[in-house]
Amino acid sequence: MRFSGLRVLKEGLTGNKGWTPHWRNPEPKAEYDVIIIGGGGHGLATAHYLASVYGITNVAVLEKGYLGGGNVGRNTTIVRANYGLPGNSEFYSYSLKLWEGLEKDLNYNVMHSQRGIINLFNSDGSRDAAARRGNQMVSQGDDAQLLDTAALRKMLPYLDFDQTRFPIYGGLYHSRGGTARHDAVAWGFARAADQRGVDLIQQCEVTGIDVVDGVVKGVQTTRGPIRAKKIGITAAGRSSEVAAMAGMRLPIESHVLQAFVTEGLKPMIDTVITYEAGHFYISQSDKGGLVFGGSLDLYSSYASRGNLPMAEHVIESACTLMPAITKAKVLRSWGGIMDMSADGSPIIDKTHIDGLYVNCGWCYGGFKATPGSGHVFAHLMATDNPHRVATKHRLDRFRTGVGIMDEEASGSQHNLH
Amino acid sequence: MRLPCPICGERDIREFYYQGADVALNRPAPDAGDDAWQDYVYLRENQPGEHRDLWQHESGCGSWIVVSRNTVTHEVTGAKLAKDIKRIEA
Repeated sequence: MRFSGLRVLKEGLTGNKGWTPHWRNPEPKAEYDVIIIGGGGHGLATAHYLASVYGITNVAVLEKGYLGGGNVGRNTTIVRANYGLPGNSEFYSYSLKLWEGLEKDLNYNVMHSQRGIINLFNSDGSRDAAARRGNQMVSQGDDAQLLDTAALRKMLPYLDFDQTRFPIYGGLYHSRGGTARHDAVAWGFARAADQRGVDLIQQCEVTGIDVVDGVVKGVQTTRGPIRAKKIGITAAGRSSEVAAMAGMRLPIESHVLQAFVTEGLKPMIDTVITYEAGHFYISQSDKGGLVFGGSLDLYSSYASRGNLPMAEHVIESACTLMPAITKAKVLRSWGGIMDMSADGSPIIDKTHIDGLYVNCGWCYGGFKATPGSGHVFAHLMATDNPHRVATKHRLDRFRTGVGIMDEEASGSQHNLH
Repeated sequence: MRLPCPICGERDIREFYYQGADVALNRPAPDAGDDAWQDYVYLRENQPGEHRDLWQHESGCGSWIVVSRNTVTHEVTGAKLAKDIKRIEA
């Protein structure tokens, strides 16, 4: 079924009886050309692009829970292309362009809203860094504008500009950045892939990866063995667990990142604001909740929840930046399992096992990458060559030391990102 | 999460600096080769459940400690001074 304004009108007038499920619920077949392990944003996007761009439709996405139940359903929904390093810069630029055409491509309303992102800075040094970052973004063909406090006061009158602790010196404005409805992104990719014949198999946990003489042959699952010529791992925070089934260790540590949302409020924040002093970011959802977060708790964790010290730190940052938020009540907080790579950049590559591919290491920034990640991973799996915007995301950079992508310049070490 | 420093007793996690998996205690020889150094610096088991990691009680006694804890439940089951573990293994 295609969605359209006319269809909404027709269904509205006929009791909404014509809507059908977004996707089938098929039994797994004995064999597929391609198996994707992990039915989250990146896995579903990979399946969509395999089918729509590369014509490979004999594909199964295996998901141990329900579609979109991992990080794509637990993030703070920010979409942007403001990276600086060669490799990341062109990749995220490409991904943002895919976002801009995504709703037409998927025939699905993912509520992509280019409401802009403002990265506030709090010192002369960070103003210089923001100016340089802005120039890098413009050089890449994206947009960036350095704003002074006079311009910011008009846009964000509720910030505490003159505080003594971290006074606001200005901001870098990325007007094409924004947010999207995170669940809808997963659902849109799932529906589009399903319509092209991809089997989305839920409640199907992979328990083993069959490798014979260095060649991947298939997987063992809770719903029986399934053979495949090629297997892609898109398991986010669980990547190391899945890779271990093929005898591999990855340069990944899984960490917890917390996020918070307040009760629904009247429209207040019509953009996304980040505040470097506290590594804090905030936006307002279409339901009215203020959605915000900060840094990792910074210890290895699979708990999907964090500890109170980081919650306190994030909320202190919120109160320092915009005192009005002290009147709001926090409704919910949660944690996600982040696949932190040692240099803070993703890995999209073949492995030493023929037919086995990994797509991981998205750290705390995987959501905005969803269409780009899916597209380049589909390209890699279909052609066995990296996509032109993902040539630098190699797995062997950690062995050779060549091509380490430390975007934050904090050092390539597990506890520094 | 509170960590039991063997010298200072149980303390708030904010007093500690997190280094990472206790693989950091097993530094290879300088000429051990790329694979050994990749193992040491980058590759991690990273499986959910029981985990041993290295922390420094930087706002306390300054000791490096190896903490045993469960990464799924955040239960902390013990901590030993890293220097004692090195001595046992040596």
